[in-house]
Amino acid sequence: MAFLASDEEAEPVDLMNKRAVFKSWWLPIAFAMPQLLLIFFFFYWPATSVLTWAFSLEPAFGGVGERLFVGWDNFREVFADTEYWRSVSLSLLFAFGATALSMFIAFVLAICVDRQLKGSGLFRFFYIWPYAIAAPAVGLAFRFIFAPESGLIAVVNTWSPDLWNPAKFGSHAMILVVVCFAWKWIGYNFIFMTAGLQSIPRSLIEASAMDGSGPVRRAFDLQIPLLAPTLFFLLVLNLTESFVGPDTYGIVDLTTEGGPNKSTDVMVYRIVSEAFRGLNYSGAAAQSLVLIALIMLFTFIQFRYVERRVHYK
Amino acid sequence: MAEISIKDIRKSYGRTQILHGVDLNFKSGEFVVILGPSGCGKSTLLRMIAGLEEISSGEISIDGTVVNDLEPRDRGCSMVFQNYALYPHMSVAANIGYALKVAGVPRAERDRRIAETARIVGLEELLDRKPAQLSGGQRQRVAMGRAIIREPKVFLFDEPLSNLDAKLRVQMRVEIRRLHKRLSATSVFVTHDQVEAMTLADKLIVMNKGHVEQVGTPLEIYHRPRTRFVGSFIGSPAMNFFDSTVAPEGNFVLFDGIRVAIDPALGRDNAGKPVAAGIRPEHCRLVSAGTANSVPAIVDFVEELGSGRIVHVEIDGQNFAVAMDEGQLFEAGSSVGLQLPAEHIQLFSLETGLRLDDDVPALKRTIKTTVAA
Repeated sequence: MAFLASDEEAEPVDLMNKRAVFKSWWLPIAFAMPQLLLIFFFFYWPATSVLTWAFSLEPAFGGVGERLFVGWDNFREVFADTEYWRSVSLSLLFAFGATALSMFIAFVLAICVDRQLKGSGLFRFFYIWPYAIAAPAVGLAFRFIFAPESGLIAVVNTWSPDLWNPAKFGSHAMILVVVCFAWKWIGYNFIFMTAGLQSIPRSLIEASAMDGSGPVRRAFDLQIPLLAPTLFFLLVLNLTESFVGPDTYGIVDLTTEGGPNKSTDVMVYRIVSEAFRGLNYSGAAAQSLVLIALIMLFTFIQFRYVERRVHYK
Repeated sequence: MAEISIKDIRKSYGRTQILHGVDLNFKSGEFVVILGPSGCGKSTLLRMIAGLEEISSGEISIDGTVVNDLEPRDRGCSMVFQNYALYPHMSVAANIGYALKVAGVPRAERDRRIAETARIVGLEELLDRKPAQLSGGQRQRVAMGRAIIREPKVFLFDEPLSNLDAKLRVQMRVEIRRLHKRLSATSVFVTHDQVEAMTLADKLIVMNKGHVEQVGTPLEIYHRPRTRFVGSFIGSPAMNFFDSTVAPEGNFVLFDGIRVAIDPALGRDNAGKPVAAGIRPEHCRLVSAGTANSVPAIVDFVEELGSGRIVHVEIDGQNFAVAMDEGQLFEAGSSVGLQLPAEHIQLFSLETGLRLDDDVPALKRTIKTTVAA
């Protein structure tokens, strides 16, 4: 072994800073190619299409004919539509409702698990599962559970007709999609909050118990302030996801389909149905750009004004 | 001011038993120190008094009230934690005043008491700072302030000084003692540092492996350790031991083939018994090799302390520490004689580890563990 080792020792290899250097240009490109192709076909291409669609009109009879550049006309048309503004406010209502509900319930559950109430270990294990279920599947399940005529909840209608009827009342439909979205996201929020709560030193909680605070007081005085960075992260993520996320589309599509009377016609759902059912590509493209702008504004506001109140240390 | 009485307290986590039946009584206003190696159950006992740990069996009462099922806040205790456990998002003032805020004390009254407490613990200038902006000693003061503002019946200290550097530790030790004199609330202080324990305690409790080994004043415990464990745990360096058998005549034990005289009164009752003989390092004497009544030894190495030195010698593979003043010089490797004055030799049963001339009635249990080790 000695003669093998001697050569190695003569030239110490700096393993920490070792970099692989490719001698040819095509090999690294070939390695990266699958990913590059994916990004090109599923991001850059559609994104540029949306940009061009948003500022042009499609040929009257379809096909590959010349597109007509119309400047901001598509946007003017979108903004002039009262239906559109209704959709924006529904989206906001949905986003804030779903975020508040899922974060609140997740927080209560996380606090319970953190207090190590009976069965919390098993609960912690099972509670991430809903997040792993695809939104359309969740939507389908909720559609059955909350069906006013035959679902598990239908019993309430025997007490009084139309106590629960999302097919008839817009408010019921909105509650249905909010609950559905919250149910799926509680698990996700719960995991982050549990991790955050567990990183708060146990002795702090004990000190506050000695100081006389009960579990609720402790949650407000200690756990929420100390969990603020996690809560802020989850707030941004939940709002963004519920405002523009694919889960929202999937859930709305499989439960209410935007109805009744467009009362759950949130922006993501409206864009897809306008584009692919109404075949109004230009209008839908303009709406997507507005949606992107809105979510950017949204996130900016959160970072600018909410994050200031977050103590990271 | 409160008496604490602890009756047959046991604690187990699953099948592992941490405390095996502890009986203790703390008088009102006493400063009690619980000392023991890590894992001996001392912190668990303290946390059970505080109400942070469930009591598996037994009874704890404070001022005659059984507190087993009371919430921590209803027990009238306050606690200083090892890592201080300050609320990181609150200012020093808010940290100190939190208990009052929870209790709904009006703002003016609260501010007055925060100011007063801050004065006692010397934090007047720092009330607006956050814990992260404080030094270790200052954080310690905040923790103390938070504990005293509630004017509790009982103070609990869970190794509060072990995160401080040596100098600050000595300083805080003095301050804690001064504070206790001033407030005279019953205090229970848990530590693994014997200097802290000796200097602070009115009553010292030595624990090992979930049992109370000895209760007494620091001096009683130092001079008359009731078990071999206590002797070897208290004192720096620890008590020297050698295993032997009391001669049938009862007046000596053999050490490396040499007769070492012992107190005949003690030896007479225990003639022929296998014993562990113990002697404090400061009671051993080193003399030149070959002196009568001395055990031949080789000097291993010497530790200089400035005020004196500790000479480690080797006798037949066994190490002995001898503490001496500066005068005498011994070089490593030289041959010397070790004299062990009879009046300072203490005998412990080799079987149970118990002191042979213990005037306290025999312990209920046998200490097998110390012998096995």
